[in-house]
Amino acid sequence: MTFIAQFLPELVMLAGALALFVATLGESSQRLAKRLTLLTAFAAVAAALLALGQRAELFSGAYRVDQFSQILKLILACGYVAVALLSADLPDIRPLFKPEYCLFLALSVTGLILLVSCVEIISVVVALELSSFPLYLLVPMRREREGQRSQMESAIKYIMFGVAANGIMFFGLSYLYGLTGTTNIPEMVLRLQPVAQTPLAIAGLALAFAGLYYKLAVFPFHFWTPDVYQGASNETAGLVASLPKMGAVAVLVRFVSLASPGNHTVALLLAFLAGASMFYGNLIALVQKDLKRLLGFSGIAHAGYALIGFVALDRAGYAAALYYIAGYVLMVLACFVVICRVSRDGTNVPIAELAGLHKRSPLLAFTLLVSLFALAGIPPFVGFMAKLNLLTAAWGAGYYAIVIIAMINSAIAIYYYLQVIRQAVFGEATADSEAAPAIALDWPTRALCVALIVAIVALGIAPNAIVDAFSSSLAFVTSSPAAVLLGR
Amino acid sequence: MTPPGSPADFPLLSFLIFAPLAAAAVAVLLRRESHLRWWTFLSTAAIAVVSLRLWSDFQLGTASFQFTEHAAWIPSLKINYTLGVDGISVLLVLLTTLIAPLCVLASWTYIKTRIKEFMVCLLVMETAMVGVFCSLDSILFFVFWESMLIPMTLLIGVWGGPRKIYASLKFFIYTMAGSIFLLVALVALRLKTGTFYLPDLMGQHYSPVFQCWVFAAFFISFAIKVPMFPFHTWLPAAHVEAPTAGSVLLASVLLKMGTYGFLRFCLPITPWATHAFAPYILWLSIAAILYGGFAALAQADLKKLVAYSSVGHMGFATLGIFVLSTRGIEGATLVMINHGVTTGALFICVGMIYERLHTRDLAAAAGIGKFMPVFSFFLGIFCLSSLAFPGTNSFIGEFLVLAGGFAHSKWLAAAAVPGIVAAAAYNLRMLQRVAWGGVDNPKHHDLADLNLREILTLVPLLVFVFWIGLHPAPFVNVMDATVRHLLAQVAAS
Repeated sequence: MTFIAQFLPELVMLAGALALFVATLGESSQRLAKRLTLLTAFAAVAAALLALGQRAELFSGAYRVDQFSQILKLILACGYVAVALLSADLPDIRPLFKPEYCLFLALSVTGLILLVSCVEIISVVVALELSSFPLYLLVPMRREREGQRSQMESAIKYIMFGVAANGIMFFGLSYLYGLTGTTNIPEMVLRLQPVAQTPLAIAGLALAFAGLYYKLAVFPFHFWTPDVYQGASNETAGLVASLPKMGAVAVLVRFVSLASPGNHTVALLLAFLAGASMFYGNLIALVQKDLKRLLGFSGIAHAGYALIGFVALDRAGYAAALYYIAGYVLMVLACFVVICRVSRDGTNVPIAELAGLHKRSPLLAFTLLVSLFALAGIPPFVGFMAKLNLLTAAWGAGYYAIVIIAMINSAIAIYYYLQVIRQAVFGEATADSEAAPAIALDWPTRALCVALIVAIVALGIAPNAIVDAFSSSLAFVTSSPAAVLLGR
Repeated sequence: MTPPGSPADFPLLSFLIFAPLAAAAVAVLLRRESHLRWWTFLSTAAIAVVSLRLWSDFQLGTASFQFTEHAAWIPSLKINYTLGVDGISVLLVLLTTLIAPLCVLASWTYIKTRIKEFMVCLLVMETAMVGVFCSLDSILFFVFWESMLIPMTLLIGVWGGPRKIYASLKFFIYTMAGSIFLLVALVALRLKTGTFYLPDLMGQHYSPVFQCWVFAAFFISFAIKVPMFPFHTWLPAAHVEAPTAGSVLLASVLLKMGTYGFLRFCLPITPWATHAFAPYILWLSIAAILYGGFAALAQADLKKLVAYSSVGHMGFATLGIFVLSTRGIEGATLVMINHGVTTGALFICVGMIYERLHTRDLAAAAGIGKFMPVFSFFLGIFCLSSLAFPGTNSFIGEFLVLAGGFAHSKWLAAAAVPGIVAAAAYNLRMLQRVAWGGVDNPKHHDLADLNLREILTLVPLLVFVFWIGLHPAPFVNVMDATVRHLLAQVAAS
């Protein structure tokens, strides 16, 4: 019984995925699959809430149920609900594939929920692949239409980069295994400590991060991002852009603890990648015409911001990075709600097409306004408070340059967010979009919009609960190798 | 850590900050346009009446913060919700709460579309503006400071004139760029001292190099907001395109935040750097006075004329602040209040012309005084106030600033004199054209003079013109102790 209680969210997700698998076998099971998805999502939230207080080590210590993993599971489950509501209609997926779409969505989220609990390198890899492979399949599921074959190209890009990044990651992990003789991360932290400054260890760590950089879309593992966002259907892009990043940051927190504390080479590498991601993402986003591509490049920049939290290599920084990425998931999901609903028949949304959105749907325009201002880091939204947390942590650890770079980038980013807001909120409908009718929203979408806005504002003005929760959940980081060794 | 003074029995400052927000929440639910107007007007007027308690209960002769409130906000970052006002900020809070209902009156018929959203924006603006002047925690200050950007950008961008989008984006980008420097400085101070609580940041004897960097960051941010001479280019665009209420808020309150920032942050936190940079800033102020004056003289657009006059007036404010004397700073604070009253009134007047003629062209408005005697009366008084005619409010402020300037350096004060002449010239030019212009434009014959609502909009401002002009002692007394304390902090460096 205790095992069921400890493993409840995963079991719910697996049961949901199995049910969806059965549903895909029948014919015209589209509505059934949709209902099952929503049911699974809400059940997963309930299960994550029930299991919030569980603490356990399962599967001979390979799988750890702690406060850290349980909080992230709850966030991932809530994100799954949002994605499920977002992809209620799936206008751009072939009707035949819609049940399969729901199945792979559930499997990918299952992978992520498993991932945040893994403390064994083998299980990390398995969970990471479980969350990745369904995504590889979701991307090319987009309907082929006149002149639209880009989904295939982006799917190939996504897989190739994914496999390559994972390969690099395994290579790095093999070094770490060779140095320490264990695949258990907490054990590895201890054994790596005496040799942490050797080139081999640093190379191993740097390479091992690659797979996570790929998920987060950190420079130089970012190339897939804009193309996949553009090529995948709007709903898929919304998924790719949000939840996997949360998972990647969670695993990165576990991995980076291998390097702490005070490993300056690793910190410097992280700082360099953060700076490069920010500049690359923001500068190229300036010239984008397609809203999804813009969000793709801005996503690269935001991955850079999140990485700043890791530069400090301390608890405050990790908590700040987790808080930042949780906020980012909210903001980017809010953007994708707007994209999915504005898009006609599931096509991509050029920024110019947003003109006059405030007339077509005030709620969507307001949602977009809030989420973009939040992404730009303007108070009282979560984007500001999260950035303040990050920068305080990095500055406190003495990395002034990266703080200044982040500030410069915030200033650059404002310009392109404003360009989108300008179209959506100030823009008058052009002759072409004059014909665009008012957008009717069903009540789940309205509820989702309002919930996301409330969450973006609430996390911005009252971040205390979540920051404290993350901070105290990172107890395993404080058991820093030196302290533990001295303790023995 | 805890601020001095006992907490008031009634959280007056919190009420003044959040009452407009609550009123906005109610306004969202209202449907009828007339209900929206009346609700917004009555709620802002009620808030203004409540705010008078600040005036009656304010204790003179002490420089400590009053009406303080304290609560933990984000303990993990040591950010607190700390409020309080001193002799300078109490005047600015009162200015804000009193201007707000007048803005609603000035928009009564001017705003015809999306009235609900407009009123909500106005109310959110009031929350943010009062919050800025009341915050004693630097992050709280920053949150309010930035929260103001979004409603203000919407006010300009949605209800503005023909080039509204250009103007609103320019306003946003300029201000945001400045704010980023402000945030860096605040974070740097936090990590140096371990606190965001403003009074604890003051008088800390930081190293000169650190002070210079922090001062530079503050200066860029506040100079953009004032706006000081080389950073002023967003102002004419924003003023011209904004709706009347937007221009009034911008002129009366938002520009004050820059000078308030100098007084609250630069002087007490970085006194060494203030002394080091003051000579350059004084000459920038002179440049602003001359540039604003002569640019206003050349304008054919009424709103642009008033906008450039703002640059000149704010030059007097920064001049007064950086001569670093009691007279100078008291004069500068009075200039801030006076500019809020007079320029706000002039923008309302220009808005009235625009509502009738649908143009802000000075030539087109020539001669309307013949048909609108009441309007001419008000315009005349406010123009005289704007050129600092003795007996009006601006005279007192600018006189004190110039007196401080002369004490500091004769050349400095002498250099400002052409600016004063230019102010007289552009104001009289506008008044002469509008009130007595000879062109007999047939379109003007059926012009209606001011109605009761419009007169009621201007009368409170008129009262302040003469009250401050003839009996400034109450205002000076309120800020006297604060200004002396501030100068003692600067001198202690």
